[in-house]
Amino acid sequence: MPKLTIDGKEIEVPAGTNLIEAARRLGIEIPHYCYHPGLSIAGQCRLCMVDIEKTPRPTIACNTPATDGMIVHTQTDRVKETRRSIMEFHLINHPLDCPVCDQAGECWLQIYYMQHGLYDPRMKDEKVHKPKAVPLGPHVMLDAERCILCSRCVRFCDEVTQTGELGIFNRGDHSEIGLFPGADLTNKYSGNVVDICPVGALTDRDFRFQVRVWYLDTTKSICPGCARGCNIDVHVNRRRPHHAEGRRVARVKPRFNEDVNRWWMCDEGRYGYGFVDAPTRLVLPVRNDAGETRELSWGGAIAAVVDALGRTPADQTAIIASPKLANEDLFAIKTLAEARGIRQVGFRVPPPEPGYEDDFLIRADKNPNTRGAELMGLDGKVDKILNEATAHRVRSLLVFEHDLFDTGWRESDVRSALEAVDTLIFVGPNGSRTSDRAHLALPASAWVERDGTFTSFEGRVQRFRPALGALGEAIPTWEIVGRILAATGAPVTATRAEHWFRALAAGVPAFAGLTYQSIGDTGAMTAGTAPQAPAEAKA
Amino acid sequence: MSEKILSRNFGVKDSHTLKVYRETGGYTALAQALGREPAAILDEVKKSNLRGLGGAGFPTGMKWSFIPKNHSGPVYLVINADEGEPGTFKDRYLLERDPHALIEGMIIAARAIKSALGFVYIRGEYVEPWRRFTAAVREAYDAGYLGQGFDIVVHRGAGAYICGEETGLISSLEGKKGWPKVKPPFPAIKGAFGQPTIVNNVETICCVPHIINRGAAWFAGLGSKTQGGTRMYSVSGRVTTPGVYEESCAITLRELIERAGGVSGSGRLKAVVPGGSSAPILAAHEIDVVMDVDGLRNAGTMAGSAGVIVFDDTVSIPEALMVVARFYAHESCGQCTPCRESTGWIYKMCHRIVEGKGRKDDLDTILDVAKRGAGTTICAFYDGAVGPYISYIEKFRGEFEALCQR
Ligand SMILES: Cc1cc2nc3c(=O)[nH]c(=O)nc-3n(C[C@H](O)[C@H](O)[C@H](O)COP(=O)(O)O)c2cc1C
Ligand code: SF4
Ligand code: SF4
Repeated sequence: MPKLTIDGKEIEVPAGTNLIEAARRLGIEIPHYCYHPGLSIAGQCRLCMVDIEKTPRPTIACNTPATDGMIVHTQTDRVKETRRSIMEFHLINHPLDCPVCDQAGECWLQIYYMQHGLYDPRMKDEKVHKPKAVPLGPHVMLDAERCILCSRCVRFCDEVTQTGELGIFNRGDHSEIGLFPGADLTNKYSGNVVDICPVGALTDRDFRFQVRVWYLDTTKSICPGCARGCNIDVHVNRRRPHHAEGRRVARVKPRFNEDVNRWWMCDEGRYGYGFVDAPTRLVLPVRNDAGETRELSWGGAIAAVVDALGRTPADQTAIIASPKLANEDLFAIKTLAEARGIRQVGFRVPPPEPGYEDDFLIRADKNPNTRGAELMGLDGKVDKILNEATAHRVRSLLVFEHDLFDTGWRESDVRSALEAVDTLIFVGPNGSRTSDRAHLALPASAWVERDGTFTSFEGRVQRFRPALGALGEAIPTWEIVGRILAATGAPVTATRAEHWFRALAAGVPAFAGLTYQSIGDTGAMTAGTAPQAPAEAKA
Repeated sequence: MSEKILSRNFGVKDSHTLKVYRETGGYTALAQALGREPAAILDEVKKSNLRGLGGAGFPTGMKWSFIPKNHSGPVYLVINADEGEPGTFKDRYLLERDPHALIEGMIIAARAIKSALGFVYIRGEYVEPWRRFTAAVREAYDAGYLGQGFDIVVHRGAGAYICGEETGLISSLEGKKGWPKVKPPFPAIKGAFGQPTIVNNVETICCVPHIINRGAAWFAGLGSKTQGGTRMYSVSGRVTTPGVYEESCAITLRELIERAGGVSGSGRLKAVVPGGSSAPILAAHEIDVVMDVDGLRNAGTMAGSAGVIVFDDTVSIPEALMVVARFYAHESCGQCTPCRESTGWIYKMCHRIVEGKGRKDDLDTILDVAKRGAGTTICAFYDGAVGPYISYIEKFRGEFEALCQR
């Protein structure tokens, strides 16, 4: 392991570490545009220059591996002057349209100009003009004038997705990013190019002109879109609610996790948060009686559930839990089932069509917590529950989250099953044809409105946190179940998701020893599972 | 006048054919080389003081010795026949009039570096040279010189100056956009298709058979102390008889201009670009300079590609700079920021000055921008552009100022 000195501080780094990363470990930021740790070295932007003793000229840090005894200076006058020059070069043809640019506030041209530029502009000639507001694909918009030609987006499509849609066309200061003839930026990870674009050249069509980034708040979370469990940040707009027509989740961004998704996430996950603010959200507990809908208080709703459970023998009661629920919810359900002696409990419902899967991040299982439900032993046969219901042998049925009409089952089968039960109870954040038929429909908060954990397909337990308050009267599923339990006389002490997690850790061996603290920001493996190889670029 | 080595057959009818090449002693060096160990050939070339004639003047033998000794995969020999440097047209003569010299030199060089495959990257506009060279390659295959452990692939460029920069050439050869690559790694370690690669200029390799035939000492003696051999000077601009002149590297610029019949036009010399457009300009009083790599370097310019462009005193230096600046703005590959942005910017300023809309501070801005960008880029293209930007203005500032009235 080479030991080197950067700005007077010594550090030992693994062989092959470049100077940007070595400096980062010391808390020293070497400004750069084209370098990205997830992509090959391009060496194009020329901003990451440092002085290395015994080297005649400033050298780019990105392409220089640390060597033993190397003495590096990142703050010499010469380096600072070089940075200033490079900043000027980056900006001479830039349109300086920050007031109408979505990137403003998180733009590395703005940041580095303030940190390393601050020169008096000298460019008095006509700037080079290039195409603006060019849709590259369903999610990404290009403004070629703002582009600094760092080639990160091109390298992403070449190296990570290996779809090669983008190229740099023309030469000199007429160089511009564009699509190869016949190509569209439709790969399943296209949104990532917006994240890695250091400037406002690539913007997110979903986010464009919605809200200024400085009004956003960020919360660490986990994507609920599939069994991978990509780590994400949820950006919400609480401070300017009138800016995006009531849309509270402004955008979702991947959050680095070396072992799960590294810097990336798929488009389906990124743009899949719409259900949170959809008109289908359930906001009040309701009772449906012969086509008549009545709003209930939570107290009334819980009492009605307990009443139904009390009237139905345990062997005629069934629960269809959901792999979209958090571990905490599932363990509360498990506790309820055990307390009431309900043995017909399942969660696995066939999807309407097989899920798409690739060899990078996307999993065919579009549920974030199938593994958790399995580990808790909730994997009863759901087909059987349906058949039993049709045969009037299940009289009370609790359905969590699922729209049973949107599955691989025949609609007529589902309809006859649901019509046959005496009491259908639905719990979930969004209404559907299933909740429409429920005698009792109880609003659960969405994942971004609460604490919880999911267990990924590889057995990694990962935390998500509340970014927003719940809509209407919605409360977390674990709390709904907890209230039912308490109302049936069972002792319930859990008042937070974390309490249910503790109970889970104590009750299910796979989760033994895990705590919210040990899970932290990057997750922890359940017992007996080993992390699989981190997601690598395709092929 | 020195002995003609490289151009000895230029006047001979059908010099491009195998028959004539053989009749004038062609392929005898190859026969000798085949009897020698690779290391012995390399050593001979080292001792000959042969320096690259493509532009950088790097000692050829030393470059060859950078090929990793323990490499087990293929090693490639790439011949740079892109000849894009303005004012340079010597490789064209060699390809058209003595293509077998290049083939023979390649086979010998390949033996020295243990390469089984050579590429010749020919500038797209060079149609006739390409025809002649491919015909010669066919003859060499038929005669059994090629295909016996060494093959040649001829590749045509598409007319980009940057594809003459050795790593830009390699990118282009690999089927990519002709973008120079970040170094390290250098081509000798990781070049074409990721394998160790030697890139040499046409003329450089044409010297090799002569070194083998007549010995390193003889070759070294033809030139200056630090550069062996003769070289082919492309002389153009305001001279009476423009053309390619083979002379010793030890000739002075004044003598060379005389060889080309002296200054034409007004007959009064104003300035000379001694080594292709990237070489800083020399004023009329600076031409008693020895034309080898070190002589020109000491004079603050460079031997480059030996493209000598002569300006008489009717030439407007600001206009000349504008033309040169337009060339660099047009040809910058656009990959790295300082070069991409400032070549265009400087051209705009030069253009404005020539149009009479220059401001006094434009000159200082050009000089400052050029100096700030120099040495910060991926390839030497930008440093090549900086040569004229700075030297034209610094040496002829009055002419520029006269145009900048504001
Ligand atoms: C912008 C640029 C253009 C170049 N163009 C050529 C060229 O057209 N032909 C050439 O032989 N070398 C050219 N070179 C030099 C090559 O990079 C390289 O040094 C040379 O081909 C090596 O061969 P040599 O050692 O035999 O000279 C160019 C260099 C630069 C920076
Ligand atoms: S669009 Fe963005 S990521 Fe792509 S080259 Fe331009 S600045 Fe870089
Ligand atoms: S210096 Fe100019 S020509 Fe060379 S790589 Fe950079 S942009 Fe391209």
